[in-house]
Amino acid sequence: MVGVRSHVTLNVNQAPLDIEIDHRWTLLHVLRDELGLTGAKRGCDRGECGACTVLLDGKPICSCQMLAMQVGDRQVTTIESLGDSSNLNPIQQAFLDKDGGQCGFCTPGFLLSTKALLDSNANPSEWDIRNGLAGNLCRCNAYGRIIESVKEAARLIAEG
Amino acid sequence: MKPLEVINPSTVQEASQLAQSNGTPTNLIAGGTDLLDEIKEGVVRPDKLVNLVSLTEMQGINVKPSGLDIGAGTTLAELASHSDIIRDYAALAQAAESVATPQIRNVGTLGGNLCQRPRCWYYRSISFLCRKKGGTTCFAALGENKYHAILGGSDCVIVHPSDLAVALISLDASITLSSAASTRTMPVEKFFAGPDVNIMAENVLTPGEIVTSVSIPALPANSKSIYLKAKERQGMDFATSSVAVALTLAGDVVSSARVTIGGVAPIPWRATAAESVLVGKAVGNVDLKEVGEAAVHRAKALEHNGYKIRLTSGLASRAVETLLSQWR
Repeated sequence: MVGVRSHVTLNVNQAPLDIEIDHRWTLLHVLRDELGLTGAKRGCDRGECGACTVLLDGKPICSCQMLAMQVGDRQVTTIESLGDSSNLNPIQQAFLDKDGGQCGFCTPGFLLSTKALLDSNANPSEWDIRNGLAGNLCRCNAYGRIIESVKEAARLIAEG
Repeated sequence: MKPLEVINPSTVQEASQLAQSNGTPTNLIAGGTDLLDEIKEGVVRPDKLVNLVSLTEMQGINVKPSGLDIGAGTTLAELASHSDIIRDYAALAQAAESVATPQIRNVGTLGGNLCQRPRCWYYRSISFLCRKKGGTTCFAALGENKYHAILGGSDCVIVHPSDLAVALISLDASITLSSAASTRTMPVEKFFAGPDVNIMAENVLTPGEIVTSVSIPALPANSKSIYLKAKERQGMDFATSSVAVALTLAGDVVSSARVTIGGVAPIPWRATAAESVLVGKAVGNVDLKEVGEAAVHRAKALEHNGYKIRLTSGLASRAVETLLSQWR
């Protein structure tokens, strides 16, 4: 069924993008299927698993549970902006070093929740980490190593 | 999802006019974390969504000597991290912090939290035409009712899922509803309405009316508040039971008590019997067991939720015990 469409400008990874969107599309749909940014994953599609996590004005949100029409002029940050294999962000490096990923499906969401946590709290306690990552599920159950990865990321960032 | 149109009004007045739909299925949307669930499931099928997120007149927390004014568009994360709320209105900060996950708290709003729909799995499934959706049967009353009401349910045994409402009622907050034609303010307690009033809704909002703000009076001197929530998982879960208590002491005696329980009735439930047990007692003479038993006065279990009576009773005792210990 053809839906109502509008031209909007979305700010994604520091770049304004002019795009025509169907009003019922979620931000996740636009990122993955219109912009080819497939780092954010469609897990539960109900705001429960956190695999679709992106940052909105620096704060983690579930992109599956927000209509793209509601994003407005806020800044969207996806995993694609964090770093690539030739230039890893300290958070990515820490997850590699401490084996914080298993199948990898949840990893982009965990990395972005970690970024938001460490941006606001450079030296989090274990409880801060558990609370900050409470919206991300890992079905491989790598939680122990994920928490170690976040501690390592905090250490790497502090070292500079 | 069927096609829909998202409209971005620039004022509350305009939003209200747009929401008065005239036959077009229309919903107000703020954070959308609850409504989008219902739309994806097909339980709610709007043609139009009126977006409240960009309305600046519904933003902001205003701290005054007489109390707090909070715009309905304020996010749960903002409430949970606001230093004045943490210090002076602890129950509200604790309730906001207890909701769902960081991702949801960054998007979910005060107004949306108060207006969210019940979690009842029969209500949330298109396979069951329950009374709340215009049918003639409450499937939960004789079905799977582990998370359902022990108080105030009859034709419909949902529980109200809002954490903030429970805290706000114990903090004696009031709520302002605006429409294109008028504005009215009432105690938060009076905003909610059970199935005996309107089985299709959980509050008294009329078409086109929008929750625009909540105000909390400054607590009297020597007052404290607390919110405790029982849930099966630490993250991403609704209350199996919750309790908000606000107490004021005059010397060594409880001079005022407000006790509200959540997750147990179709509306946030004011436990007046527990308040009566507390008021007038010297701190050393408060019988915590008596408080807990009074909190579940007249509670009646369904087949699968008997645990809620003891859970709520224990939670009420613990809330009062914890709060009183903060004075020592």
